[in-house]
Amino acid sequence: MSSADLLAVEGIHTYYGRAHILADITLHVRRGEVVVLLGRNGAGKSTTMKTIMGLLRPAAGRIVFGGQDITGWAPYAIARAGLGYVPEDRRVFTDLTVMENLEVGRQPPRADAPQWTPERLFKIFPNLGEMRNRPGGRMSGGEQQMLTIARTLMGNPRAILLDEPSEGLAPVIVDQMADTILALKREGLTVILSEQNLHFATRVSDRAYIIEKGRIRYYGTMAELAANEAVRAQYLSV
Amino acid sequence: MDFVVAQFLTGLASASSLFLVASGLSIIFGVSRIVNFAHGSFYMLGAYLGWTFVTNLPYGHLGFWGGVLAATVAVGLIGVAIEIVLLRRIYAAPELFQLLATFGVVLVVQDLTLAIWGPQDLLGPRAPGLRGAVEILGQRFPRYELLLIVVGPVVLGLLWLLFHRTRWGTLVRAATQDREMVGALGVDQKLLFTSVFFLGACLAGLGGALQLPREPVTLAMDLSIIADAFVVVVVGGMGSIAGAYLAALLIAELQAFMLVAPPFTVLGIEIVLSKMTLIPSFIVMAVVLIVRPYGLLGRPMAHARAVTGMIEPVVRPAPRELKLVGLATLAVLLLAPLAAGDYGLIVLTEIVIFVLFAASLHFIMGPGGMVSFGHAAYFGLGAYGAALAVKHFAAPMSVALILAPLAAGLGGVLFGWFVVRLSGVYLAMLTLAFAQIVWSIAFQWVEVTGGDNGILGVWPAEWASNAYAFYYLALVLCVAGALLLRRIIYAPLGYALRAGRDSPLRAEAIGIPVARIQWAAFTCAALFAGLAGGLFAFSKGSVFPTYVSIPRSVDALMMVLLGGVQTISGPIVGAIVYAGLHEQLSRLTDYWRLILGLAIIVLVLAFPQGIAGAAQRWWYRGKGEVA
Ligand SMILES: Nc1ncnc2c1ncn2[C@@H]1O[C@H](COP(=O)(O)OP(=O)(O)OP(=O)(O)O)[C@@H](O)[C@H]1O
Ligand SMILES: [Mg+2]
Repeated sequence: MSSADLLAVEGIHTYYGRAHILADITLHVRRGEVVVLLGRNGAGKSTTMKTIMGLLRPAAGRIVFGGQDITGWAPYAIARAGLGYVPEDRRVFTDLTVMENLEVGRQPPRADAPQWTPERLFKIFPNLGEMRNRPGGRMSGGEQQMLTIARTLMGNPRAILLDEPSEGLAPVIVDQMADTILALKREGLTVILSEQNLHFATRVSDRAYIIEKGRIRYYGTMAELAANEAVRAQYLSV
Repeated sequence: MDFVVAQFLTGLASASSLFLVASGLSIIFGVSRIVNFAHGSFYMLGAYLGWTFVTNLPYGHLGFWGGVLAATVAVGLIGVAIEIVLLRRIYAAPELFQLLATFGVVLVVQDLTLAIWGPQDLLGPRAPGLRGAVEILGQRFPRYELLLIVVGPVVLGLLWLLFHRTRWGTLVRAATQDREMVGALGVDQKLLFTSVFFLGACLAGLGGALQLPREPVTLAMDLSIIADAFVVVVVGGMGSIAGAYLAALLIAELQAFMLVAPPFTVLGIEIVLSKMTLIPSFIVMAVVLIVRPYGLLGRPMAHARAVTGMIEPVVRPAPRELKLVGLATLAVLLLAPLAAGDYGLIVLTEIVIFVLFAASLHFIMGPGGMVSFGHAAYFGLGAYGAALAVKHFAAPMSVALILAPLAAGLGGVLFGWFVVRLSGVYLAMLTLAFAQIVWSIAFQWVEVTGGDNGILGVWPAEWASNAYAFYYLALVLCVAGALLLRRIIYAPLGYALRAGRDSPLRAEAIGIPVARIQWAAFTCAALFAGLAGGLFAFSKGSVFPTYVSIPRSVDALMMVLLGGVQTISGPIVGAIVYAGLHEQLSRLTDYWRLILGLAIIVLVLAFPQGIAGAAQRWWYRGKGEVA
């Protein structure tokens, strides 16, 4: 692990019961990077993110974040260490209003990370600012997706895990989402996202890891991946 | 008219205490998904501790209110201790085991309370400044009641503010919906759960302490309030605090008016409504559940997981070795009387009866996936059915033993119709409430049931009056009943039942009328429990309301769980182990509840799959199969 790494995942193995889902996953993410985890349905992207977040416990391997070994920590402790998580199935609190959803995510500010307030977030997510008192359950899919990201940012994280942010969104919204991620990158946030949408991933990411059947099959910069027809054909085409 | 107003005010006052307890139960359930059986114990402790504090503090305003406050906080802290020591370890365990563990707490608290405060009822002190009565429309109305009337809405308002105007409340509401996500956002769930438990326990403690000037403090407070609180939560809608208030109001008002309803006669039987205060709860619940299955202000809960929380294994035919063990057990039971003395014979008779009782509960719990917390209702209906036939119609034993399962089956038809409309914890709470209704009839309808004194002189027929003869009669009937139930599990009804348990939607799609199948199964289980109850009545020569009590329902659950829910031999193993243990304990020590409660807690922590379940896994692992 190089000292520039903000997140280092080293050889993790994760099981669901007896099913061996992740085998020897290793990832390195530097501060300020946007790194994408690419893979088809069921490849193990979400499982990787949940394992990093402490929602699943790896049977072997090590996860280091900001120089601290966070393997086996409770999710809340990992979040407080500055790692945010945006799950794939959105999981907004449908009974709570937009403002209340943001309140749940609020944590004290951190010196080495961008600092967020609802007002600053509403500049990036103008839609949300117009529905502050609307319950999460009465928002469109795109709005909910934006809300989950904003909610996680309220924790003032150093890095966020974004699980398939473009999934199920209309093309216009996917474009907005890409702009949002680039805006967050400019703020200095480190982003680890998972995607199946190569076009979207290419727009926002610096580097990619390709995962299939729970193993990392390839990694490189987006430019290298764009040049490698064979890898794309083997792992990413449907 | 004036009288109606006074009665209405009395109802409002009673609603407050009920609401305090039920709202605490509801809040704790919302976040932790644990149905806290021990909530009634918190209420009782609130009353006892309040009594001690108030009578030991200097008299005057400070003494009374200081005592109430101290009791409230003390009960809150007891709740915290229980959460940290016990519940925290079982948040991930199946719901059923959580319920049982909290019932273990109920037993422990009962004996500790008995040890500390003794068996006598304690008379509560009056509230200073609120003695005496005021005139309202010409009716004298106790001042203290007026205060209680205010407490309910005030607490409701405060809770609303707490949940909607504070960060803590926002976190709690978020956790009620998705606790894992709240954790991933940086909130320490342990702390949140513990604080929620503190609040819930405080509310129950306050409810209990505020009862001091109204009624004596007794050891029966815990179970009587918990049944009411369950009804309130089911009627109001799980997790809805406003719903809890509405439901508490509805039920308390009905009870208040029934207390003064004049007796009337139906079919020559005098009905004294004022003595059957649980009946209105039943009627309210029945109506609400028909119109709104998830309660007045409730919503269907996310169908998270099966109550037993495990992927149910396929029920397979017993391996030949197990059949041999079964035959060997039977042989032992057949020959045992030769070696057993008089006392041994009594215990043996009890055990075979409990085997049938447990098997009937297992039938709806295992293949049916319906966890009944009130199976004693059917046992009791059988026992009382037989006893009443003997007592009032001089029926011979053979007729009474036919009437027993019929009476229980009828109860099963009636209650089952409501029960199969619900699932999971709602279902469990509803079965418990039904059992409490049967209990209250047995306890309160003294003219017919003899009340607490029970019905005596229910002796077997001449030919079975010998202890050996009766043992073999019980053995034949119970083994036949258990085998019949086993047969049904492998018959089309059993397959349809399991299909409905595993996937109600898919079962409906292939044309299985799931609710009707479950109803039939429920009735069937009630029938066999009734037979067990009838036999039990004759074996003891008497029946008492305890046959229908919550502890008896829990006995059955313990037997099934000890044996393992998803093994057919489970209830048999469980009944033998549990009945034996129970018998020995109550002979050895006065504090058997304490020991039993601790045993339950330890068992839940150690064997979440039951003894036979653990044995089964061990067996198949030994054979290299995946069980
Ligand atoms: N709770 C679970 N229990 C058992 N197996 C699971 C569970 N969740 C996921 N799996 C399995 O783990 C594998 C990886 O799933 P995962 O959700 O990580 O994939 P993914 O790459 O995120 O796919 P998708 O693009 O569909 O979100 C899949 O084969 C899936 O079937
Ligand atoms: Mg996924």
